[in-house]
Amino acid sequence: MSVPATATLPAPEALEQGSSLGHDAWLRLRKNQLAVFGLVCLAVVAVLCLVGPWLLPYGYEEQKLELGASPPGAMHWLGTDTLGRDLLVRLLYGGRISLGVGLAATFVALTIGVVYGAVAGFFGGKLDAVLMRIVDIMYSLPFPIFVILLMVFFGKNIILLFVAIGAVEWLTMARIVRSQVMAVKRMEFIEAARALGFGKRRIIFRHILPNILGPIIVYTTLTIPAVMLLEAFLSFLGLGVQPPMSSWGVLIKDGAEKMEEFSWLLVFPAALFSLTLFSLNFLGDGLRDALDVRSSKD
Amino acid sequence: MFRFITSRLLQSLLALFLVITATFFMIRFVPGGPFTAEKAVTPEILRNLEAHYGLDRPLWRQYLDYLVSLGRGDLGPSFKYPNRTVNEIIGDKLPVSAELGALALAFALVIGITLGTLAAVYRNTWIDYVASTFGMMGISIPTFVVGPLLVLGLAIHLGWFNASGWYGPADRVLPAIVLGFAYAAPVSRLTRGGMLEILGQDFIRTARAKGASELRIITRHALRGGLLPVVSFLGPAVAGILTGSFVIETIFQIPGIGREFVNSAFNRDYTLVLGTVILYAVLIMALNLVVDIVQAWMNPKVRLEE
Amino acid sequence: MLRPLTSALALLLLGLAAGCGRPANPPVTPASGPAAAAAPAKGGPMIWRVGNGAEPQDLDPHIVTGVPEHKILMALFEGLLSENPQDLSPEPGIAERWEISPDGLTYTFHLRAGAQWSDGVPITSTTFVRSYQRMLTPALGAEYASMLHHVRNAKAYNEGKLTDFSQVGFKAVGERTLRVTLNQRTPFLLKMIATHYSWYPVPIHVIEKFGGLARKGTAWTRKENFVGNGPFILKDWKPQQVLLAARNPRFWDHARVRLDEIHFFAVENQDSEERMFRTGQLDLTNELPVAKIDVYRKEFPESLRIDPYLGLYFYRFNVERPPLNDKRVRRALALAVDRESLVKNVTRGGQIPAFSVSYPGTAGYAPTAKLTGKVEEARQLLAAAGFPGGQGFPKLELLYNTSQNHRLVAEAIQQMWRRQLGIDIGLRNEEWKVYLDTTDARKFDLQRGGWIADYVDPHSFLEIWTSDNLNNDTGFKNADYDRLFAKALAAPDDTARYAVYQEMDALLVEELPVIPIYHYTRVVAMNPRVQGVYPTLLDNHPYKYVWLRDAAR
Repeated sequence: MSVPATATLPAPEALEQGSSLGHDAWLRLRKNQLAVFGLVCLAVVAVLCLVGPWLLPYGYEEQKLELGASPPGAMHWLGTDTLGRDLLVRLLYGGRISLGVGLAATFVALTIGVVYGAVAGFFGGKLDAVLMRIVDIMYSLPFPIFVILLMVFFGKNIILLFVAIGAVEWLTMARIVRSQVMAVKRMEFIEAARALGFGKRRIIFRHILPNILGPIIVYTTLTIPAVMLLEAFLSFLGLGVQPPMSSWGVLIKDGAEKMEEFSWLLVFPAALFSLTLFSLNFLGDGLRDALDVRSSKD
Repeated sequence: MFRFITSRLLQSLLALFLVITATFFMIRFVPGGPFTAEKAVTPEILRNLEAHYGLDRPLWRQYLDYLVSLGRGDLGPSFKYPNRTVNEIIGDKLPVSAELGALALAFALVIGITLGTLAAVYRNTWIDYVASTFGMMGISIPTFVVGPLLVLGLAIHLGWFNASGWYGPADRVLPAIVLGFAYAAPVSRLTRGGMLEILGQDFIRTARAKGASELRIITRHALRGGLLPVVSFLGPAVAGILTGSFVIETIFQIPGIGREFVNSAFNRDYTLVLGTVILYAVLIMALNLVVDIVQAWMNPKVRLEE
Repeated sequence: MLRPLTSALALLLLGLAAGCGRPANPPVTPASGPAAAAAPAKGGPMIWRVGNGAEPQDLDPHIVTGVPEHKILMALFEGLLSENPQDLSPEPGIAERWEISPDGLTYTFHLRAGAQWSDGVPITSTTFVRSYQRMLTPALGAEYASMLHHVRNAKAYNEGKLTDFSQVGFKAVGERTLRVTLNQRTPFLLKMIATHYSWYPVPIHVIEKFGGLARKGTAWTRKENFVGNGPFILKDWKPQQVLLAARNPRFWDHARVRLDEIHFFAVENQDSEERMFRTGQLDLTNELPVAKIDVYRKEFPESLRIDPYLGLYFYRFNVERPPLNDKRVRRALALAVDRESLVKNVTRGGQIPAFSVSYPGTAGYAPTAKLTGKVEEARQLLAAAGFPGGQGFPKLELLYNTSQNHRLVAEAIQQMWRRQLGIDIGLRNEEWKVYLDTTDARKFDLQRGGWIADYVDPHSFLEIWTSDNLNNDTGFKNADYDRLFAKALAAPDDTARYAVYQEMDALLVEELPVIPIYHYTRVVAMNPRVQGVYPTLLDNHPYKYVWLRDAAR
């Protein structure tokens, strides 16, 4: 913001209110059309998934075997699957699972990964070595075996789904955060903060993290679809939604096998999946711009 | 630097040992074994089978035997494919996956970094939109959708390629594109994010003020820092891409090692599971080491040792 | 706001591209397309390219257990007997004639002169005896050794209780006569010998050179060492890709063999396989995705093959778990399944609804006892058992192994039970090995099962339900059934034997340890140029009778 040369200093009482990062960010976000669009889209999808099934005449498991897979029409707006079930209802129901698991598990992975990576990157030395070797070890362990073991010891809980997914997705996040922290921690403003005597925790969370939000946000938007598709893989192992319930990942997988004969079974789940991801992405970009303390957009 | 590398290698060896131990015992606790089959075998035959593979010995004994043979470089016979050893299976399949992976990686890096940089430089213009859309599509459309689509279009409709198989050079094209596309997308997104961070910084402004051309600014000044998030993503990503992708190999019938990572677990082929885990662990640790060194080179503020 | 628009367009394009895939290309004839390089040109060698499912584990008949291996072994080996291409009845193989003693306990096989391995070494009766000895050697741990247990003392030798093989009922009487003595009358023995690879001879002289007879997985099956006696020899083996078999000039019947080569492709994914068929890379597939069956029916009917297959798709009950221990509950659940709808709308492959365990038409046997009854009867039974309208019925679970097809069938049946009986059954899928383990331990309420016969005889399905059979897994123990089983084996001829089988089938329909759902069919895509492949109940097609119409010969 440039100040006209002829401006006079405002009277002391009219000094601006101090503004927190969060408040500033929200103001900027509101102005970003795409981000708002993304947020609105997401909200609409979420509401549809939560409320929609009650408004629709068909149950998600209601079969019409004689009908089989039929293309979109007046009776079934998005068509039906091979068992004659309405695709729209199943898509919305599946959205509950996918959105819920996708967002929650990503949040878990994000939290763990950021804290872990920040600690490792900031403190460096032996701690960093140990923490990173643990990451290496967890990377290498065979995932299907790990999941089956989880199921053997803890039964088939929906919570296990989060544990299994979260256990895998935080690893790369931790690595990315670590490398970013390592790049930033020697910058002058961090030196300044240290000189000012700020505690380590404050430095990490209040000074370093806001400056590396960019890649974190981007990687989070990369993680969410991975999580949703990982859930589809887990349902193969028997963890994840049980039929007749379905999720977007499973719907897309099934639709992909029938893409020539019943293309609507792929197109609509994939479209909704992509729309959600795009929205999350716009929102993420918007958040990053809004929270960007160094942005030189002017 | 030398001290750093040796210390890192030692750490990695320890980590590798832990991985092997954990995996060895993990797979034994999982229900079902290599000989669990639909047409059940009599207990006597099962006993003989287990004796043949030494599975009737106490577990700690088997573990030690395995470590000893590992020391000799012998990964053991495969349970599922009795007339081939794990060494042979990996020796046959790894080069295939590596070839596919290298091609896909080249594609992903070239396309991904270019598009990401363009998107960052021409931020909020149509170039940015197209590049970002491409990026998002790669992420939100899974490979098991892209693969068959490409096969339907290019192989079946247009007849330019075989539907699957790994026989001639032409068979490399489709799988490399699909796998590359899947990685180009995150690479382009991370590049864009990283470049945006860098391009907003003061030293870039300084360079501009000094009259440097945009191209020079990008290639000489910005890329080095802007690619930082890509590099740390690439560590495990390269390991993943080099060991092939289960989905791609299944769709295109490629005799690579990617499928074995998953199938060996499903077959409870104990030795092959361990072999693939060791392979992957070695790759991951080596690549992470390389990534750390590269990161330090790219950003001198990042010190390797404390 | 360009971004959302471009993305929407991109998606739409992809969707249209997918939609435009129908009705697309007919399966390409090999003379065109990129697969022309892989396909034989007119006037070139006659090569039959077959999709063979999973990668073969090994090529040793004593080690393998699966169908893909069986298909390959049929090309590389021949046993005492061969199969008729149309009905799989036993035909002379290495044995040119045989006699059966009046008490049915002794079979004498006369081997033909000049029978030899592909390296020229002659095949004698001693070869067979030593092969069977190897198969039964305890240290080898051959999983299908039980196929030989009908022979006197074979089981004892296999279990290590007997160490003198000369006591086992295999005797080489002179160079070209093999005498086999059985424990008891085994009416289906010849069918077993003709069909199953556990009875094939193996090249002892080669195996001995590579680590001995009791070692699994030795190098003798590598392509440079392999020796067989079948219509084809191993030409090349690229693991996880393709196995090439070329005609064997030393095969006794090689004049009849018309194919020059068979290429067995290890293709696990059925969608990929179908695409390979369409581009002309394959002449015959191993499976066909359910979604494509109707498309082929309408548009490429000449490439669609639906053949009967001797297999049963069923749900097991855990008969020791209440309320499934109540016969009425089992019958109610069994009656409420609408098999016709299932077969017509869900599986779509011309499968036959099953109302009995045995297949209607197995070597002349057709069970008369049938599971008949309407849904009303089911409801009454359920009420009589104490669950009127499904009230109070515990929430049970149906276990199945992860697969799209199994899931669809399970979902459909789950709905049938809910709608017709008011019963809520949960579905639970497990990965294959876990599922097998759970089944073995009988930790299920209901379980999806399947059984493919090993030879064309009703015995193959009925023997499973005896009290001590390892594949029973239901907890069904019925003394009458066991008694009938022994009686059938002792029957003097097939007519008497079949009469006992009728009683056994009736008992199964009465007690219902399982719900028979449908009898399998084999649905595959086959290029019309393939000739000599007849519908057989086991999907075995002796390769010396197969040829390709438009190729050289």
